Amino acid sequence: MTCQELADFIIDYVENKLPADRREVFEKHLAVCPSCIEYLNSYKSTCQILGDLRCDGEEEVPCEVPDDLVSAILAARKGEEPSSPASEDDSAS
Amino acid sequence: MRAGDDEAFAELVSENTPRLLAVARRFMRNEEDARDAVQEGFLSAFKSIDRFEGGSKLSTWLHRIVVNACLMKLRSKKRKPERSIEDLLPGYQSDGHPEQFFEPWRETGEDAAARNEERELVRKYIDQLPDNYRNVLLLRDIEGIDTEETAQMLDLTPGAVKTRLHRARLALRELLDPHFRPEQSVYS
Repeated sequence: MTCQELADFIIDYVENKLPADRREVFEKHLAVCPSCIEYLNSYKSTCQILGDLRCDGEEEVPCEVPDDLVSAILAARKGEEPSSPASEDDSAS
Repeated sequence: MRAGDDEAFAELVSENTPRLLAVARRFMRNEEDARDAVQEGFLSAFKSIDRFEGGSKLSTWLHRIVVNACLMKLRSKKRKPERSIEDLLPGYQSDGHPEQFFEPWRETGEDAAARNEERELVRKYIDQLPDNYRNVLLLRDIEGIDTEETAQMLDLTPGAVKTRLHRARLALRELLDPHFRPEQSVYS
């Protein structure tokens, strides 16, 4: 297995989906290639940061309800103008 | 709500808009498009509320509808020329060795400030991926939608989703690499 081929199998390796024989070849390559070990580690770090971003989803939710957007959606449902979000001042309470 | 109860609709929209707006902001590149996508998603949901079977949570159903509205908007928008994914992947020599050895990364997320900085960086780089790859990465790794459903949403085979996700992650790794490399090469 070359370094380039190893890169193709990383996703299956980290998800534990590599068949045993291919996993063995994959790990044999890692045992003699420090560069690919670092590649694998940085791939895992990338996945880790993406996982953190996913967990952050709740933190990105605005604390306040955007009333202007809510009003625009409810008005559009009734076929009223405006169909684009109104200003905050126009928002329904 | 199926009876057209205005109050029930108002409550549904008020309760779910903040969360759905956060979702749309992750897909759309400007606030106006994100708001439009949320609005279009709700209007689409109102039209098909009779088809909501209650098998999934209402919030999950709305999430999928707004994500679909975002994908439709992205498809209809002409983007400036994108970088090819090939340009974002590492180069290899004809014998399969990398053109440059891969270096160890320094520790990521050492403190809260560093974590915030890294996440901003990742968001910026996700936006630099070609849309075909960016959308798969957002759906799978950020929105947590499984391969089968992602394939249905994008009209792809599950195999194509997996390939694109892998290449998107590799490209993202490559973009992040200069920020996490040690100042001095371990190979020098």
